[in-house]
Amino acid sequence: MRYAMAIDTKKCVGCSDCVVACQTENNVPIGYCRDWIVEETNGTYPQLELELRSERCNHCANAPCVRCCPTGASHIVDGGIVLVTHNDCIGCGACIASCPYDARYPHPDGYVDKCTFCFHRVQKGQKPACVEVCPTKCLYFGDLDDANSEVSVILKKRKFKTLIPEAGTDPQLYFLI
Amino acid sequence: MKEELIISGRMNPYVDPTLNIWHWQIPLYLFLGGLAAGILVFAALSYIRGREEAHPWAVKKVPFLAPVLLVAGLACLFFDLNHKLFFWRLYTTVKLQSPMSWGAWVLLVVTPLSIVWSALHIREFFPNWDWKYTWLKEAEKFANKYKLALAWVMLIYSVILGVYTGILFSAFNARPLWNTSILGPLFLASGLSAGAAAIVMFTRSKEERAYFARVDLIIIGIELFLITHMFMGFMASTQVQIEAANLFLGGPYTAPFWIFVVFLGLVVPAILDVLELFDYHVPAIVPSLLVLAGSLMLRFLISFAGQESRYLY
Ligand code: SF4
Ligand code: SF4
Repeated sequence: MRYAMAIDTKKCVGCSDCVVACQTENNVPIGYCRDWIVEETNGTYPQLELELRSERCNHCANAPCVRCCPTGASHIVDGGIVLVTHNDCIGCGACIASCPYDARYPHPDGYVDKCTFCFHRVQKGQKPACVEVCPTKCLYFGDLDDANSEVSVILKKRKFKTLIPEAGTDPQLYFLI
Repeated sequence: MKEELIISGRMNPYVDPTLNIWHWQIPLYLFLGGLAAGILVFAALSYIRGREEAHPWAVKKVPFLAPVLLVAGLACLFFDLNHKLFFWRLYTTVKLQSPMSWGAWVLLVVTPLSIVWSALHIREFFPNWDWKYTWLKEAEKFANKYKLALAWVMLIYSVILGVYTGILFSAFNARPLWNTSILGPLFLASGLSAGAAAIVMFTRSKEERAYFARVDLIIIGIELFLITHMFMGFMASTQVQIEAANLFLGGPYTAPFWIFVVFLGLVVPAILDVLELFDYHVPAIVPSLLVLAGSLMLRFLISFAGQESRYLY
Protein backbone atom coordinates (compact mmCIF):
# COMPACT_ATOMS: atom_id res chain seq x y z
CA MET A 1 0.00 0.00 0.00
CA ARG A 2 1.30 3.45 -0.89
CA TYR A 3 -0.86 6.44 -0.05
CA ALA A 4 -0.34 9.50 -2.22
CA MET A 5 -2.08 12.68 -3.19
CA ALA A 6 -2.54 14.33 -6.57
CA ILE A 7 -3.18 18.05 -6.74
CA ASP A 8 -4.65 19.58 -9.85
CA THR A 9 -2.91 22.92 -10.31
CA LYS A 10 -5.23 23.70 -13.22
CA LYS A 11 -8.36 23.43 -11.10
CA CYS A 12 -7.11 24.98 -7.86
CA VAL A 13 -8.30 28.55 -7.35
CA GLY A 14 -6.27 29.21 -4.21
CA CYS A 15 -9.29 29.64 -1.93
CA SER A 16 -7.43 28.18 1.10
CA ASP A 17 -10.40 26.05 2.15
CA CYS A 18 -8.05 23.09 2.54
CA VAL A 19 -5.93 25.11 4.95
CA VAL A 20 -8.87 26.06 7.15
CA ALA A 21 -10.35 22.55 7.02
CA CYS A 22 -7.05 21.11 8.21
CA GLN A 23 -6.69 23.63 11.01
CA THR A 24 -10.19 22.79 12.24
CA GLU A 25 -9.99 19.04 11.81
CA ASN A 26 -6.59 18.71 13.45
CA ASN A 27 -6.78 21.40 16.11
CA VAL A 28 -3.81 23.21 14.65
CA PRO A 29 -2.80 26.03 17.02
CA ILE A 30 -3.66 29.54 15.89
CA GLY A 31 -0.95 31.08 13.75
CA TYR A 32 0.28 27.71 12.48
CA CYS A 33 -0.65 25.55 9.52
CA ARG A 34 0.02 22.09 8.18
CA ASP A 35 -0.90 22.90 4.60
CA TRP A 36 -0.62 26.08 2.59
CA ILE A 37 -1.10 27.51 -0.89
CA VAL A 38 1.73 28.64 -3.11
CA GLU A 39 1.13 31.00 -6.01
CA GLU A 40 3.85 30.81 -8.61
CA THR A 41 3.97 33.46 -11.29
CA ASN A 42 6.18 33.02 -14.32
CA GLY A 43 7.06 35.55 -16.98
CA THR A 44 6.80 39.34 -17.23
CA TYR A 45 3.63 41.35 -17.60
CA PRO A 46 1.51 40.96 -19.70
CA GLN A 47 2.86 37.50 -20.56
CA LEU A 48 2.16 35.88 -17.21
CA GLU A 49 1.56 32.31 -16.29
CA LEU A 50 0.12 31.38 -12.94
CA GLU A 51 0.29 28.12 -11.02
CA LEU A 52 -1.53 27.47 -7.77
CA ARG A 53 -0.44 24.63 -5.54
CA SER A 54 -1.95 23.33 -2.35
CA GLU A 55 1.13 22.03 -0.50
CA ARG A 56 1.73 19.96 2.62
CA CYS A 57 4.10 17.24 3.83
CA ASN A 58 5.09 15.09 0.86
CA HIS A 59 5.11 11.88 2.89
CA CYS A 60 8.41 11.18 1.24
CA ALA A 61 9.29 7.57 0.52
CA ASN A 62 12.91 8.41 1.36
CA ALA A 63 12.16 10.74 4.23
CA PRO A 64 15.13 12.69 5.64
CA CYS A 65 13.03 13.74 8.64
CA VAL A 66 12.66 10.10 9.67
CA ARG A 67 16.35 9.45 9.11
CA CYS A 68 17.47 12.41 11.21
CA CYS A 69 15.14 11.80 14.14
CA PRO A 70 17.26 10.62 17.10
CA THR A 71 14.41 9.00 19.00
CA GLY A 72 12.32 7.30 16.36
CA ALA A 73 9.41 9.67 17.08
CA SER A 74 9.24 10.43 13.36
CA HIS A 75 8.36 7.20 11.68
CA ILE A 76 6.63 5.71 8.67
CA VAL A 77 3.47 3.67 9.11
CA ASP A 78 1.74 1.26 6.78
CA GLY A 79 0.85 2.96 3.55
CA GLY A 80 3.90 5.20 3.72
CA ILE A 81 2.38 7.92 5.88
CA VAL A 82 5.02 9.81 7.89
CA LEU A 83 3.91 10.45 11.46
CA VAL A 84 5.32 11.89 14.69
CA THR A 85 4.60 10.19 18.01
CA HIS A 86 4.26 13.18 20.29
CA ASN A 87 5.41 11.46 23.44
CA ASP A 88 8.56 10.12 21.82
CA CYS A 89 9.53 13.50 20.44
CA ILE A 90 12.08 15.52 22.39
CA GLY A 91 11.62 18.64 20.27
CA CYS A 92 15.21 18.75 19.08
CA GLY A 93 14.23 20.25 15.74
CA ALA A 94 16.43 17.95 13.66
CA CYS A 95 13.50 16.88 11.52
CA ILE A 96 12.45 20.48 10.93
CA ALA A 97 15.92 21.32 9.68
CA SER A 98 15.97 18.21 7.51
CA CYS A 99 12.77 18.84 5.57
CA PRO A 100 13.49 20.60 2.26
CA TYR A 101 9.81 21.61 2.02
CA ASP A 102 9.65 23.20 5.48
CA ALA A 103 6.54 21.12 6.07
CA ARG A 104 7.02 20.75 9.83
CA TYR A 105 6.64 23.17 12.69
CA PRO A 106 7.35 23.15 16.42
CA HIS A 107 4.01 22.86 18.19
CA PRO A 108 3.69 25.28 21.13
CA ASP A 109 3.32 22.23 23.40
CA GLY A 110 6.89 21.24 22.61
CA TYR A 111 6.66 18.38 20.13
CA VAL A 112 6.92 18.67 16.37
CA ASP A 113 3.81 18.54 14.26
CA LYS A 114 2.89 18.29 10.58
CA CYS A 115 0.38 16.89 8.09
CA THR A 116 -0.66 13.31 8.85
CA PHE A 117 -2.70 12.77 5.67
CA CYS A 118 -5.47 12.74 8.32
CA PHE A 119 -4.37 9.26 9.37
CA HIS A 120 -7.21 9.10 11.90
CA ARG A 121 -9.75 9.54 9.08
CA VAL A 122 -7.95 7.38 6.54
CA GLN A 123 -7.94 4.48 9.01
CA LYS A 124 -11.73 4.68 9.02
CA GLY A 125 -11.87 4.69 5.24
CA GLN A 126 -12.53 8.42 4.98
CA LYS A 127 -10.57 10.95 2.96
CA PRO A 128 -8.30 13.61 4.47
CA ALA A 129 -10.19 16.74 5.53
CA CYS A 130 -8.60 18.93 2.86
CA VAL A 131 -9.62 16.53 0.09
CA GLU A 132 -13.13 16.33 1.44
CA VAL A 133 -13.79 20.08 1.50
CA CYS A 134 -12.07 21.28 -1.67
CA PRO A 135 -14.83 23.14 -3.57
CA THR A 136 -13.17 22.59 -6.97
CA LYS A 137 -12.42 18.92 -6.21
CA CYS A 138 -8.82 19.46 -7.20
CA LEU A 139 -7.33 17.10 -4.58
CA TYR A 140 -7.19 13.35 -5.12
CA PHE A 141 -6.16 10.89 -2.44
CA GLY A 142 -5.67 7.15 -2.46
CA ASP A 143 -3.48 4.08 -2.78
CA LEU A 144 -0.98 4.08 -5.64
CA ASP A 145 -0.70 0.30 -5.47
CA ASP A 146 -4.39 0.03 -6.31
CA ALA A 147 -4.74 0.69 -10.05
CA ASN A 148 -8.37 1.72 -9.62
CA SER A 149 -7.90 4.27 -6.89
CA GLU A 150 -8.76 7.89 -7.64
CA VAL A 151 -5.16 8.95 -7.51
CA SER A 152 -3.85 6.12 -9.72
CA VAL A 153 -6.53 6.79 -12.32
CA ILE A 154 -5.87 10.51 -12.55
CA LEU A 155 -2.08 10.02 -12.65
CA LYS A 156 -2.50 7.69 -15.62
CA LYS A 157 -4.46 10.32 -17.51
CA ARG A 158 -2.55 13.52 -16.73
CA LYS A 159 0.92 14.98 -16.85
CA PHE A 160 2.38 15.64 -13.41
CA LYS A 161 5.45 16.79 -11.55
CA THR A 162 6.79 16.45 -8.03
CA LEU A 163 8.51 19.18 -6.03
CA ILE A 164 12.32 19.30 -5.90
CA PRO A 165 12.84 15.63 -6.71
CA GLU A 166 16.56 16.51 -6.83
CA ALA A 167 16.48 16.73 -3.02
CA GLY A 168 16.32 12.94 -3.16
CA THR A 169 13.30 12.54 -0.91
CA ASP A 170 11.03 10.68 -3.35
CA PRO A 171 8.02 12.92 -2.56
CA GLN A 172 4.50 11.51 -2.81
CA LEU A 173 2.51 14.61 -3.70
CA TYR A 174 1.88 14.69 -7.43
CA PHE A 175 1.06 18.03 -8.99
CA LEU A 176 -1.01 17.76 -12.16
CA ILE A 177 0.14 20.27 -14.73
CA MET B 1 11.03 35.90 -14.20
CA LYS B 2 9.62 33.64 -11.55
CA GLU B 3 7.98 34.71 -8.34
CA GLU B 4 6.58 32.56 -5.57
CA LEU B 5 4.23 33.61 -2.83
CA ILE B 6 2.61 31.64 -0.08
CA ILE B 7 -0.81 33.20 -0.45
CA SER B 8 -2.50 31.30 2.36
CA GLY B 9 -0.08 33.16 4.60
CA ARG B 10 1.98 30.35 6.09
CA MET B 11 3.95 32.00 8.89
CA ASN B 12 4.84 29.09 11.14
CA PRO B 13 6.98 30.46 13.97
CA TYR B 14 10.65 29.36 13.75
CA VAL B 15 10.14 28.07 10.21
CA ASP B 16 9.04 31.13 8.20
CA PRO B 17 10.21 33.29 6.54
CA THR B 18 13.51 31.44 6.94
CA LEU B 19 14.26 28.52 9.19
CA ASN B 20 15.24 29.66 12.67
CA ILE B 21 14.85 26.55 14.78
CA TRP B 22 18.32 26.48 16.32
CA HIS B 23 19.53 29.48 18.26
CA TRP B 24 22.65 29.83 20.43
CA GLN B 25 22.36 26.44 22.12
CA ILE B 26 23.32 24.13 19.27
CA PRO B 27 26.37 26.07 18.02
CA LEU B 28 27.59 26.55 21.60
CA TYR B 29 27.09 22.85 22.27
CA LEU B 30 29.09 22.01 19.17
CA PHE B 31 31.87 24.39 20.18
CA LEU B 32 32.11 22.99 23.71
CA GLY B 33 32.05 19.43 22.38
CA GLY B 34 34.71 20.23 19.78
CA LEU B 35 36.96 21.95 22.31
CA ALA B 36 36.63 19.07 24.77
CA ALA B 37 37.35 16.63 21.96
CA GLY B 38 40.50 18.57 21.05
CA ILE B 39 41.75 18.62 24.64
CA LEU B 40 41.13 14.89 25.09
CA VAL B 41 42.74 13.96 21.79
CA PHE B 42 45.97 15.69 22.79
CA ALA B 43 45.90 14.25 26.30
CA ALA B 44 45.49 10.74 24.91
CA LEU B 45 47.99 11.22 22.07
CA SER B 46 50.73 12.65 24.27
CA TYR B 47 50.21 9.86 26.78
CA ILE B 48 50.24 7.14 24.14
CA ARG B 49 53.44 8.55 22.68
CA GLY B 50 55.02 8.51 26.16
CA ARG B 51 55.29 12.27 26.34
CA GLU B 52 53.68 12.56 29.76
CA GLU B 53 56.69 14.31 31.26
CA ALA B 54 57.30 16.56 28.25
CA HIS B 55 53.65 17.64 28.03
CA PRO B 56 52.49 17.62 31.65
CA TRP B 57 49.70 20.14 31.13
CA ALA B 58 48.29 18.50 28.05
CA VAL B 59 48.20 15.06 29.68
CA LYS B 60 47.46 15.79 33.31
CA LYS B 61 46.00 19.20 33.92
CA VAL B 62 44.13 20.72 30.99
CA PRO B 63 41.91 17.59 30.65
CA PHE B 64 40.23 18.69 33.87
CA LEU B 65 38.38 21.18 31.69
CA ALA B 66 36.89 18.45 29.50
CA PRO B 67 34.21 17.09 31.82
CA VAL B 68 33.13 20.63 32.67
CA LEU B 69 32.88 21.55 29.00
CA LEU B 70 31.04 18.36 28.13
CA VAL B 71 28.49 18.74 30.91
CA ALA B 72 27.97 22.37 29.90
CA GLY B 73 27.52 21.18 26.31
CA LEU B 74 24.94 18.61 27.32
CA ALA B 75 23.14 21.33 29.28
CA CYS B 76 23.04 23.43 26.10
CA LEU B 77 21.61 20.51 24.15
CA PHE B 78 19.00 20.12 26.85
CA PHE B 79 18.08 23.80 26.70
CA ASP B 80 17.59 23.48 22.97
CA LEU B 81 14.91 20.81 23.34
CA ASN B 82 11.32 21.98 23.20
CA HIS B 83 9.89 18.85 24.75
CA LYS B 84 12.34 18.62 27.64
CA LEU B 85 10.49 16.12 29.79
CA PHE B 86 11.03 13.51 27.13
CA PHE B 87 14.80 14.01 27.06
CA TRP B 88 15.40 10.44 28.17
CA ARG B 89 13.94 9.23 24.88
CA LEU B 90 17.34 10.00 23.35
CA TYR B 91 18.71 7.14 25.38
CA THR B 92 16.11 4.49 24.71
CA THR B 93 17.08 3.92 21.08
CA VAL B 94 20.16 3.95 18.91
CA LYS B 95 19.52 5.37 15.47
CA LEU B 96 22.65 5.03 13.44
CA GLN B 97 21.35 7.19 10.60
CA SER B 98 20.70 10.09 12.92
CA PRO B 99 23.89 11.94 13.90
CA MET B 100 22.04 13.50 16.80
CA SER B 101 21.37 10.04 18.17
CA TRP B 102 24.85 8.57 17.93
CA GLY B 103 26.35 11.89 19.00
CA ALA B 104 24.30 11.79 22.18
CA TRP B 105 25.55 8.25 22.77
CA VAL B 106 29.16 9.20 22.07
CA LEU B 107 28.84 11.97 24.65
CA LEU B 108 27.55 9.42 27.10
CA VAL B 109 30.81 7.48 26.64
CA VAL B 110 33.24 10.39 26.41
CA THR B 111 31.99 12.29 29.45
CA PRO B 112 32.62 9.45 31.95
CA LEU B 113 35.94 8.68 30.24
CA SER B 114 37.04 12.28 30.71
CA ILE B 115 35.97 12.14 34.36
CA VAL B 116 37.98 8.95 34.92
CA TRP B 117 40.99 10.53 33.19
CA SER B 118 40.74 13.60 35.40
CA ALA B 119 40.32 11.48 38.52
CA LEU B 120 43.53 9.64 37.71
CA HIS B 121 45.38 12.96 37.79
CA ILE B 122 43.62 14.51 40.75
CA ARG B 123 46.89 14.58 42.73
CA GLU B 124 48.25 17.20 40.34
CA PHE B 125 45.96 19.64 42.09
CA PHE B 126 45.48 17.98 45.48
CA PRO B 127 48.76 16.18 46.28
CA ASN B 128 47.33 14.56 49.40
CA TRP B 129 44.15 13.35 47.83
CA ASP B 130 42.76 10.19 49.34
CA TRP B 131 39.92 8.19 47.76
CA LYS B 132 38.78 7.12 51.24
CA TYR B 133 36.79 4.03 50.16
CA THR B 134 38.65 0.88 49.29
CA TRP B 135 36.59 0.22 46.19
CA LEU B 136 37.53 3.64 44.83
CA LYS B 137 41.17 2.90 45.52
CA GLU B 138 40.81 -0.45 43.79
CA ALA B 139 39.14 1.27 40.86
CA GLU B 140 42.00 3.74 40.62
CA LYS B 141 44.54 0.93 40.66
CA PHE B 142 42.62 -0.88 37.98
CA ALA B 143 42.34 2.21 35.77
CA ASN B 144 46.03 2.98 36.22
CA LYS B 145 46.92 -0.53 35.17
CA TYR B 146 44.95 -0.19 31.95
CA LYS B 147 45.69 3.47 31.39
CA LEU B 148 47.15 2.88 27.94
CA ALA B 149 44.00 1.10 26.79
CA LEU B 150 41.95 3.89 28.35
CA ALA B 151 43.96 6.46 26.41
CA TRP B 152 43.31 4.62 23.14
CA VAL B 153 39.58 4.39 23.74
CA MET B 154 39.52 8.05 24.72
CA LEU B 155 41.46 8.98 21.59
CA ILE B 156 39.07 7.14 19.29
CA TYR B 157 35.93 8.42 20.95
CA SER B 158 37.12 12.01 21.08
CA VAL B 159 37.98 11.95 17.38
CA ILE B 160 34.46 10.66 16.71
CA LEU B 161 33.08 13.43 18.92
CA GLY B 162 35.08 16.04 17.03
CA VAL B 163 33.89 14.79 13.65
CA TYR B 164 30.34 14.46 14.91
CA THR B 165 30.14 18.19 15.68
CA GLY B 166 30.39 18.76 11.92
CA ILE B 167 28.46 15.71 10.69
CA LEU B 168 25.48 16.86 12.72
CA PHE B 169 25.07 19.65 10.19
CA SER B 170 26.21 17.90 7.05
CA ALA B 171 23.55 15.22 7.39
CA PHE B 172 20.87 17.74 6.44
CA ASN B 173 20.53 17.69 2.69
CA ALA B 174 17.69 20.20 2.94
CA ARG B 175 20.17 22.96 3.86
CA PRO B 176 22.70 23.19 1.05
CA LEU B 177 25.31 25.10 3.05
CA TRP B 178 25.51 22.29 5.59
CA ASN B 179 25.26 19.52 3.07
CA THR B 180 28.99 19.12 2.49
CA SER B 181 31.10 16.35 3.96
CA ILE B 182 33.95 18.85 4.47
CA LEU B 183 32.17 20.07 7.61
CA GLY B 184 33.19 16.89 9.46
CA PRO B 185 36.97 17.35 9.03
CA LEU B 186 36.67 21.14 9.24
CA PHE B 187 34.95 21.05 12.62
CA LEU B 188 37.32 18.36 13.84
CA ALA B 189 40.27 20.55 12.85
CA SER B 190 38.66 23.55 14.46
CA GLY B 191 38.11 21.59 17.69
CA LEU B 192 41.69 20.29 17.68
CA SER B 193 43.00 23.79 17.10
CA ALA B 194 40.89 25.09 19.99
CA GLY B 195 42.21 22.25 22.18
CA ALA B 196 45.82 23.08 21.31
CA ALA B 197 45.09 26.75 22.00
CA ALA B 198 43.72 25.88 25.44
CA ILE B 199 46.92 23.95 26.24
CA VAL B 200 49.08 26.86 25.03
CA MET B 201 47.06 29.21 27.19
CA PHE B 202 47.44 27.24 30.41
CA THR B 203 50.81 25.56 30.26
CA ARG B 204 53.68 26.91 32.32
CA SER B 205 56.29 24.94 30.41
CA LYS B 206 58.10 26.80 27.67
CA GLU B 207 58.80 23.68 25.62
CA GLU B 208 55.23 22.50 25.87
CA ARG B 209 53.95 25.86 24.75
CA ALA B 210 56.32 25.95 21.78
CA TYR B 211 55.31 22.41 20.80
CA PHE B 212 51.56 23.05 20.86
CA ALA B 213 51.94 26.42 19.16
CA ARG B 214 53.58 24.53 16.28
CA VAL B 215 50.81 21.95 16.31
CA ASP B 216 48.25 24.73 16.21
CA LEU B 217 50.05 26.33 13.31
CA ILE B 218 49.78 23.14 11.28
CA ILE B 219 46.11 22.68 12.11
CA ILE B 220 45.36 26.28 11.16
CA GLY B 221 46.97 25.59 7.81
CA ILE B 222 44.72 22.55 7.38
CA GLU B 223 41.66 24.60 8.32
CA LEU B 224 42.47 27.27 5.75
CA PHE B 225 42.88 24.55 3.16
CA LEU B 226 39.54 22.96 4.10
CA ILE B 227 37.71 26.29 4.00
CA THR B 228 39.10 27.07 0.55
CA HIS B 229 38.17 23.59 -0.56
CA MET B 230 34.66 23.94 0.79
CA PHE B 231 34.00 27.12 -1.17
CA MET B 232 35.56 25.68 -4.31
CA GLY B 233 33.23 22.72 -3.97
CA PHE B 234 30.21 24.95 -3.55
CA MET B 235 31.06 27.18 -6.47
CA ALA B 236 31.47 24.18 -8.74
CA SER B 237 28.19 22.66 -7.62
CA THR B 238 24.51 23.28 -8.27
CA GLN B 239 22.66 26.59 -8.05
CA VAL B 240 21.42 25.91 -4.51
CA GLN B 241 24.99 25.45 -3.28
CA ILE B 242 26.28 28.44 -5.22
CA GLU B 243 23.65 30.54 -3.49
CA ALA B 244 24.58 29.01 -0.14
CA ALA B 245 28.23 29.94 -0.69
CA ASN B 246 27.18 33.44 -1.72
CA LEU B 247 25.94 34.02 1.82
CA PHE B 248 29.66 34.22 2.63
CA LEU B 249 30.86 35.68 -0.64
CA GLY B 250 29.08 39.01 -0.76
CA GLY B 251 25.99 38.05 1.27
CA PRO B 252 25.13 39.04 4.84
CA TYR B 253 27.68 36.69 6.44
CA THR B 254 30.66 37.89 4.44
CA ALA B 255 32.11 40.40 6.91
CA PRO B 256 31.71 38.36 10.11
CA PHE B 257 33.06 35.23 8.47
CA TRP B 258 36.14 36.62 6.77
CA ILE B 259 37.02 39.07 9.57
CA PHE B 260 36.30 37.05 12.71
CA VAL B 261 36.75 33.46 11.59
CA VAL B 262 39.39 33.64 8.88
CA PHE B 263 41.40 36.76 9.67
CA LEU B 264 41.22 37.11 13.47
CA GLY B 265 40.60 33.43 14.20
CA LEU B 266 43.10 31.83 11.84
CA VAL B 267 45.48 34.21 10.06
CA VAL B 268 46.42 36.48 12.98
CA PRO B 269 47.04 33.65 15.49
CA ALA B 270 49.08 31.87 12.80
CA ILE B 271 51.25 34.98 12.37
CA LEU B 272 51.62 35.30 16.15
CA ASP B 273 52.61 31.63 16.40
CA VAL B 274 55.24 32.16 13.73
CA LEU B 275 56.58 35.22 15.55
CA GLU B 276 56.82 33.16 18.71
CA LEU B 277 58.81 30.53 16.82
CA PHE B 278 61.30 33.27 15.92
CA ASP B 279 61.56 34.23 19.57
CA TYR B 280 59.52 37.40 19.53
CA HIS B 281 57.62 37.21 22.75
CA VAL B 282 53.83 37.19 22.40
CA PRO B 283 51.67 36.63 25.51
CA ALA B 284 50.22 33.13 25.07
CA ILE B 285 46.74 34.28 25.89
CA VAL B 286 46.43 36.45 22.76
CA PRO B 287 46.68 33.83 20.00
CA SER B 288 44.85 31.31 22.18
CA LEU B 289 41.85 33.50 22.82
CA LEU B 290 41.73 34.46 19.15
CA VAL B 291 41.67 30.81 18.10
CA LEU B 292 38.99 29.96 20.65
CA ALA B 293 36.83 32.91 19.60
CA GLY B 294 37.29 32.04 15.93
CA SER B 295 36.29 28.45 16.55
CA LEU B 296 33.16 29.55 18.43
CA MET B 297 32.31 32.05 15.71
CA LEU B 298 32.71 29.40 12.99
CA ARG B 299 30.02 27.27 14.63
CA PHE B 300 27.65 30.16 15.10
CA LEU B 301 27.98 31.42 11.54
CA ILE B 302 27.68 28.00 9.92
CA SER B 303 24.68 27.23 12.09
CA PHE B 304 22.84 30.47 11.33
CA ALA B 305 23.80 30.77 7.66
CA GLY B 306 22.95 27.12 7.08
CA GLN B 307 19.41 27.69 8.29
CA GLU B 308 19.07 30.50 5.78
CA SER B 309 20.28 28.39 2.88
CA ARG B 310 17.58 26.33 1.21
CA TYR B 311 16.32 24.58 -1.86
CA LEU B 312 14.72 26.82 -4.41
CA TYR B 313 11.42 25.74 -5.79
S1 SF4 C 1 7.85 16.56 3.24
FE1 SF4 C 1 9.30 16.97 4.88
S2 SF4 C 1 8.22 16.31 6.72
FE2 SF4 C 1 7.15 15.39 5.00
S3 SF4 C 1 8.08 13.35 4.79
FE3 SF4 C 1 9.15 14.74 3.37
S4 SF4 C 1 10.91 15.45 4.55
FE4 SF4 C 1 9.48 14.59 6.02
S1 SF4 D 1 11.93 17.14 16.99
FE1 SF4 D 1 10.97 15.20 17.60
S2 SF4 D 1 10.30 14.20 15.71
FE2 SF4 D 1 11.75 15.83 15.18
S3 SF4 D 1 13.75 14.83 15.06
FE3 SF4 D 1 13.58 15.64 17.14
S4 SF4 D 1 12.68 13.95 18.30
FE4 SF4 D 1 12.36 13.44 16.15
